Amino acid sequence: MEITLRELVTAVHGMLFGGFFLMAAFGAMVLLLDARRDASAEPVPRWQGVYLVAMAATGWAAVLSGAYVIYPWYRAVAPAGADLALYPKFLLTAHPATAGWHTFGMEWKEHVAWIAPMAATMVAWIMTRHRAAWNAHRQVRTTVLGFAAAAFLAAAVAGGWGAMINKKAPVQGGPIYQLMGGQPMGGAK
Amino acid sequence: MSGPVTPAANGPIAAAVLSCGFGCFALGALAVAADGSRPLAAGLNFYRPSGPLSGVTAAAIGLWLMAWAVLAVRWRNKEVAFGKVSAAAFTLLALGLLLTFPPFGDLLLGR
Repeated sequence: MEITLRELVTAVHGMLFGGFFLMAAFGAMVLLLDARRDASAEPVPRWQGVYLVAMAATGWAAVLSGAYVIYPWYRAVAPAGADLALYPKFLLTAHPATAGWHTFGMEWKEHVAWIAPMAATMVAWIMTRHRAAWNAHRQVRTTVLGFAAAAFLAAAVAGGWGAMINKKAPVQGGPIYQLMGGQPMGGAK
Repeated sequence: MSGPVTPAANGPIAAAVLSCGFGCFALGALAVAADGSRPLAAGLNFYRPSGPLSGVTAAAIGLWLMAWAVLAVRWRNKEVAFGKVSAAAFTLLALGLLLTFPPFGDLLLGR
């Protein structure tokens, strides 16, 4: 059982950073909904602060790894006669039946994803630094919850398209790592 | 993580909310503008392997953080009309989300 470097990094980007962010953003929304029943001005529990900062951090890790590590592999220009399996953008756009995965899916995903960490950072900042005002004012609670929902929505769109695009044209190549048993099938692609 | 708990002026919160909405709008607007203008796309090609995406997102984040810093200073001890600020922020957020949707961008660019 083996995995290439690009497959590994893509899995970390989508399943670790992106997956954790999605779960954390949903958890934050539940936290926000639950906390609005409590109008008392209590200090933020330490675990909540750590949780919210971790949520924002994984959001940034997801978009930064996506844009600066994986996207260059995805959009690399294929030389003449190259195996398009190693050039996902060109593999998708080479055929009208699959071009939409790039022209619609990737074009949407690559931009909308960035709304998630921006909104999550704002939510985390208000929830940790201005909890008293958050507790005291319904408008603040509603606004923060709305932006948390927008962060979740943006991440869900980006993650969903990312998963589907990677099924149609996987980002692959680079050094091969043997995870367990068996013999490697070949050298680095 | 356990700071002061007394409600203070809402200016800093309003600054964070409005600047976030503005950052989302800037992201969408820059994405559409770069898609429709080759010179702008070339100018936003900060990191060649990632193409104009690098500049679009870096510029949007820069504008967001600058707006946050400016508003945070201006509204540091002020009580602002939070309802209006929130409505403006959600409008900007909605526009930002809409502008990142490729068919809407193509519509604006006449494609």
